[in-house]
Amino acid sequence: MAININSKLCDSRESRLGSITGFSGSLNDLKQDLSCGGGCVENKGRCFSQASSCPSNCALGQLSGINDAAIVHHGPSGCAATAIGISSNYDLLAGALGRDRSHFAYTCTDMKEADTVFGSIETLKEVILETYHRYHPKVIFIGASCVSGVIGEDLEGLLDDFKGEIDIPIAPVHCEGFKSQIWATGFDLAQHAILKYIVKPPQKKSNKVNIYGFTQGLSWNTRSDIKQMLGAIGLEATYLPASASVEELEHLSEAVATVTTCSTLGSYLGIGLEKAYGVPFVRSLPPHGIVGFEDYARQLAKIVGKEAEMEAYLQKERDFYLPKLEKVKEKLRGKRAVIAMGPGFGANYTRILQEFGIKIEHLLAWHLDKQYDDGKQPTALKYLTENSPNNFNYSVNDLQNYEFMNILNNVKPDVFVSRHPGSTVWAMKIGVPAYCVYDEYNSFGYRGTLRFAQTLLDIITNRSFAENLSKHVRLPYSKWWMEQKYDALYEGSEVKELVDVK
Amino acid sequence: MAKILDEPRYVCALGAMQTVQAISRAIPIIHAGPGCASKLAGCIAGTTGDSGYLNPQTYPCTNIGETEVVFGGEEKLRTIIENSLKVMDGDLFVVLSGCTVEIVGDDIDQVVSEFRDAEKPVISVATAGFKGTNLEGHEWVVNGIINQYLARQPKKDVIKGLVNIWGPVPSYDPYWLGNIRELENLIRKLGLTPNSIFGEFRGIENVDKVPQAEFNLLVSPWVGLDNVKLLEKKFGTPYLHYPTLPIGAHETSAFLHAVGDFAGIDPKHVEAIIQKHETEYYFYLERSVDIFFENRTASKKFSTVTTAANALAVSKFLVNDLGLMPNTQFITEGVPEEHQQRVAEYFNGFSYGIKADVVFSTDGYKVHEQIEQEDFAGAPLIIGSIFEKKLARKLDGNFVCISVPIKEKVILHSSYVGYHGGLKLLEDIYSSVYQSFN
Repeated sequence: MAININSKLCDSRESRLGSITGFSGSLNDLKQDLSCGGGCVENKGRCFSQASSCPSNCALGQLSGINDAAIVHHGPSGCAATAIGISSNYDLLAGALGRDRSHFAYTCTDMKEADTVFGSIETLKEVILETYHRYHPKVIFIGASCVSGVIGEDLEGLLDDFKGEIDIPIAPVHCEGFKSQIWATGFDLAQHAILKYIVKPPQKKSNKVNIYGFTQGLSWNTRSDIKQMLGAIGLEATYLPASASVEELEHLSEAVATVTTCSTLGSYLGIGLEKAYGVPFVRSLPPHGIVGFEDYARQLAKIVGKEAEMEAYLQKERDFYLPKLEKVKEKLRGKRAVIAMGPGFGANYTRILQEFGIKIEHLLAWHLDKQYDDGKQPTALKYLTENSPNNFNYSVNDLQNYEFMNILNNVKPDVFVSRHPGSTVWAMKIGVPAYCVYDEYNSFGYRGTLRFAQTLLDIITNRSFAENLSKHVRLPYSKWWMEQKYDALYEGSEVKELVDVK
Repeated sequence: MAKILDEPRYVCALGAMQTVQAISRAIPIIHAGPGCASKLAGCIAGTTGDSGYLNPQTYPCTNIGETEVVFGGEEKLRTIIENSLKVMDGDLFVVLSGCTVEIVGDDIDQVVSEFRDAEKPVISVATAGFKGTNLEGHEWVVNGIINQYLARQPKKDVIKGLVNIWGPVPSYDPYWLGNIRELENLIRKLGLTPNSIFGEFRGIENVDKVPQAEFNLLVSPWVGLDNVKLLEKKFGTPYLHYPTLPIGAHETSAFLHAVGDFAGIDPKHVEAIIQKHETEYYFYLERSVDIFFENRTASKKFSTVTTAANALAVSKFLVNDLGLMPNTQFITEGVPEEHQQRVAEYFNGFSYGIKADVVFSTDGYKVHEQIEQEDFAGAPLIIGSIFEKKLARKLDGNFVCISVPIKEKVILHSSYVGYHGGLKLLEDIYSSVYQSFN
């Protein structure tokens, strides 16, 4: 389904892309199912589930990164917990970059019981107005909530009332939590709001590359690495959305290309900009690991016709870093890993670990996108299904801790590599060293890949913390559960004697 | 102007899932959308830890979606409870409902009542976000445990000297673990036996003992008052409501006297304990007087922007122990109206007849505006949440972060309660003071 940046709503990934949250099998099974156009990959429901995540925090958390935006959340106070979550961190980022964040605000209508009966559009209007006059932001995002959605508050209907009074874009964001089981839908909602309400048609072409990500590459030297790589072909970065300004976002249509560190995160914006304004979206592998980085660099260079310059840059870097990397790889070869990440990062890091000679025992994806909005299969997943040296277990996990603890307990890998807050401790509880790939630039380029390999080796070598912890804690799961197959509670699955608990 | 929540410093009633998690091996079952638990837990806990035997990603949850909005979620809840009892290793299961299922009208009590004969107790508490704050939710969860679990247990004898401790709200008070431990230590010094249900290794055993206490001790200005009243009604247990969380010598000694009096302990015994601790406390203060009073960047005036419990505890300490003067104290957790007047009156009883103005507000912008207009006769000392950091910087003030949102500070087990807690707060305040040129 093609993106229409003018449509009121951006539907859930389930309905737009057929994305799923439950699957158990192997990589080969998945490849087989995907080969008939994705239609064969059916979603499996669960008879037991644990708290996952919803689009709201992703959508409004992303938009909160914009330095001169205001968020008005129309819901009960708990929905606005995002304001607590993002407090401090984006301030620290803006501070480190020397950027102004004094116009940012996150307010809430704090809906009460009476509001659920009578609605509270009037309150919302007053809060929008008050937020505007207090902070003078350049855009106001109205965050929907489950409550505003269920009672049918008309967020678009109030926009006309502000004409003449507020001369900045006011953008409803339909991130009602019940609308999608896939939190990544929230990324699309944020990007839809940016495309629909902020981006302007191009006036001129620039030498900027839109880099859609989570951060600004500020952790440990990566920013200078990105700058060098882009500099080799005469380009500069516009990082978004974290610490971006509305003015920067307005000009996204003028960029040379759009790239993203995580296609699960940034594909909607990339494809949307391409469709609406012809800005090429680079569908390479993400820039992690050697294979990924080189594919990314080359495809970007091709767009500006500077392949030779890029090759020269890559060769210089390769000569310096690859011999060092080989030495670390020798020590990693043959180790066993379980990976649990979003679908993009997971396929991506599986490839990197395979580059290191590590054996993948099981890959868990938080959800699965069979395709993106251009109808194409995600590049990293496609690469994996076509190039993986061996078959392995593959499941779509929806952040179900009981499933991955069951898997880890059976597999007992040398390392658990994950990407989600709160995931690492669980592997350590059973003595498995764990690494949370928290930073998106963790294995960017040659230097980053070396750093990642070295860190993995350190983690596998010194298991003290995980081992010590595991001796002193116990899991919150019954013995019965730990003896089941991990997908035993999928709807229609066969379970071993569900009746006998003891 | 309608009510605006600007810089939220509290969350909704469902945030009380942290209260369930704080009881070892109690398992919350969330009947709500997929995102509520992770969002609330991560944001409340910040850098103070939201993991443990459970973390929010292990909470059983119905993860309700569009189907349940249309057709209701009772069947899904039934299945999830059924399998929770099989998969999770817990002692008490507490179903907590969110906004959507309450609006669509799920009969949660009916579903939960079907599990009355389950091997482990299953209770339910309505915690829809629009019904109240996480503080009210905390009270409802404790009431739920009293009404639906304790009241159905066989009656047991009172244990002499056993005192239930209530007050610090798990997770939302970032120092809750340390604060409860320290309250327990103080009670133990008096020769009594503390019983708290929250924190490590207390669990269902301590919950079961609650009706056997000689009295309930509530150390909090308002949160928990409903609970100790209910315990009195259900089990005839008397309660002592001591509004101030004691920090430093003045207040801790007053606290020991009050509890000692209530428990009928010989005042001479209490006085001897106090003497011993005050001597030690003032040993440290004597060593550090120059640090407090010989610098260029600490003034005499302060404001707090925090919960009623923290505002009262900190201001009593700063006024009665350290000799500072209170500017306006801002109370930000959405204190229910019926408690506001009484809570405000607690700020009238400082030494020398000193009083503090109190403002109840959930509007961070207005709070900051007023602080900017007030005269601090020098560098303001502001004690609040991370939202006050920028304000303190703008006013060239000193700043300590003690309440949600807690960021940029890791809290594992430390506490501000008691004699040692007072010294710890002084360390934190004057660490801020000495980060400027002196």
